[in-house]
Amino acid sequence: MIKKINKNIYEIPKEEGMNVKGIIYASSKIIEDIKKDKTIEQIKNVASLPGIIGKSIALADAHQGYGFSIGGVAAFDLEKGIISPGGVGYDINCSVRLLRTNIKKKEFISKQKEVANVLKKKIPSGVGRGSPFQISYKELDKLLKGGSQYLVEKGYGKKEDYLHTEEEGKLKNANPLKVSARAKKRGIGQVGTLGAGNHFLDVLVVDKIFDNAAAKAYGISKNQIVIMIHCGSRGLGHQVASDYIKLMEEKYGFENLRDRELINAPIKSKLGKDYLSAMNCAANFAFANKQMLTHFTREAIREIFPNSELDVIYDICHNIAKIEKHKVGKAIKEVCVHRKGATRSLGPGRIEVPTKYRKIGQPVMIPGSMGTSSYLMKGTKKSEELSFSSTVHGAGRVMSRSRAIRELNYSKIKKDIQNKKIEICSGSKRGFIEEAPEVYKEIDEVVESMDYLGLSKKVARMKPIIVIQG
Amino acid sequence: MEKFEFLEHTADIKFQAFGETLEEAFSNSALALSNSITEEKIKSKKELKFQVKGKNMENLLYNFLEEFLFLFDSESFLLSKVKEMKINKEKFELSCVVEGDEANKYSFHSDIKAITYNEMFIKKEKHWIIQGVFDV
Repeated sequence: MIKKINKNIYEIPKEEGMNVKGIIYASSKIIEDIKKDKTIEQIKNVASLPGIIGKSIALADAHQGYGFSIGGVAAFDLEKGIISPGGVGYDINCSVRLLRTNIKKKEFISKQKEVANVLKKKIPSGVGRGSPFQISYKELDKLLKGGSQYLVEKGYGKKEDYLHTEEEGKLKNANPLKVSARAKKRGIGQVGTLGAGNHFLDVLVVDKIFDNAAAKAYGISKNQIVIMIHCGSRGLGHQVASDYIKLMEEKYGFENLRDRELINAPIKSKLGKDYLSAMNCAANFAFANKQMLTHFTREAIREIFPNSELDVIYDICHNIAKIEKHKVGKAIKEVCVHRKGATRSLGPGRIEVPTKYRKIGQPVMIPGSMGTSSYLMKGTKKSEELSFSSTVHGAGRVMSRSRAIRELNYSKIKKDIQNKKIEICSGSKRGFIEEAPEVYKEIDEVVESMDYLGLSKKVARMKPIIVIQG
Repeated sequence: MEKFEFLEHTADIKFQAFGETLEEAFSNSALALSNSITEEKIKSKKELKFQVKGKNMENLLYNFLEEFLFLFDSESFLLSKVKEMKINKEKFELSCVVEGDEANKYSFHSDIKAITYNEMFIKKEKHWIIQGVFDV
């Protein structure tokens, strides 16, 4: 049923009910992992949705998700198409921000432990109502409209921070009235918190440069210390997703869907528009969340390195639906691109890419698993043709949490990581095992497959030296 | 009979909860949720009372479990015990008293984002079995 078209390209031919075919961009090794769960079925389900354009896409980090697979991309026609909370994910705008420092490996290593301790104290995992940064509901509404720009205006950062963020850290068309009181209550105490699970803050060393011109444009060089923050919209975003799934089920019913989790609304319907607006608010919350975490990180690093400067290289969305211009047939058309566990990968020349990077293409950060390398890549023209300008978002899980707990040995994983001279601060023993490198696909393999196809191209590799797990 | 157990799922948490009565199975589902967030034994320091309504039994379960996510994020409340659970099976209404503690005293391993209808069932064989998947 899956046809190999070319190296790293697999096709799921159109069957009854599918409006378009399915495409998987992955290596032959990874395809075998992808076949193990419901990913293929979910790609076909997405292909059956009204108004889908071109193809239903899965990337090398794909695995089973809620309705739509993780590592999935689907674009919909604005007139005939739909928008689906399951196509965005529960953690709206779960995303990654990369900061560069002016510190080199040599001077950092002697203070590694001290920095780890300060970060551990200053970076709240913030489970529950756990942020030291508490705001009023009036301010929360402003933050939902203004994203990271709002916090920069309040003094928690600099203009360049949001200029180097997807959508400049503020999605327009974000009406806080479309976000329920319950969602606001879940999120109000969580601005500036990582959350638990797979969210983290890593300190890394740039250990290999693949593309000198791009590395120069992104301001990084070998042995430089960089910091990566991965988190999302916390309880607020989760509740927005739950609320709109509920509202869409009530309005449209799920009896005729191939899978209840595919629940959706026409993009041009009132409910579709309301969801988009609420989703944008949650996305802005996530941008602001990382802005606050950047502020805490700057304070922490300055305690040890008083002259340190931390600049945002870029900040990208993983779980989002966006109205973007793409080539459809021969015309350029506005479409609604759902990226779920996928990263935008815009090539040179696109107006959405910050001026500073426009000749090179958008920076794309691909975090590895705990203890393995992460990559900095650049967006490409090629991805416009292949994947509505999208690439992978990480390694992607292969092992269930319950299996990890049953089969993996805590002391062994811990020792392996310590042998790599990485300082780890993790919330709990079980959380540590559940996020062990063994439960993820091989990041190098995932990145190579994207680089080979040109969905994104390698710029630099980074090795972790401190991992703060949420 | 165990209170609950966890099953295979690539990315999320799939559980089954058991009970001699529907009420007990509902309560044990909430404990499975609590255990998915932290493995530590939660103390009973606070008591809360709440009611939930649903359109059908699955919807009632969904709303009941979602209440704990809400209490966790907004009040930092972590559940230790469900008591005085009453379910009106015709009207799909539920009331209960729950005991628990401040969340920040414990360490966590996952962030449950949402309750889902994925693979959810509520059935009676020899005893009641509830199955569900938490999105993490």
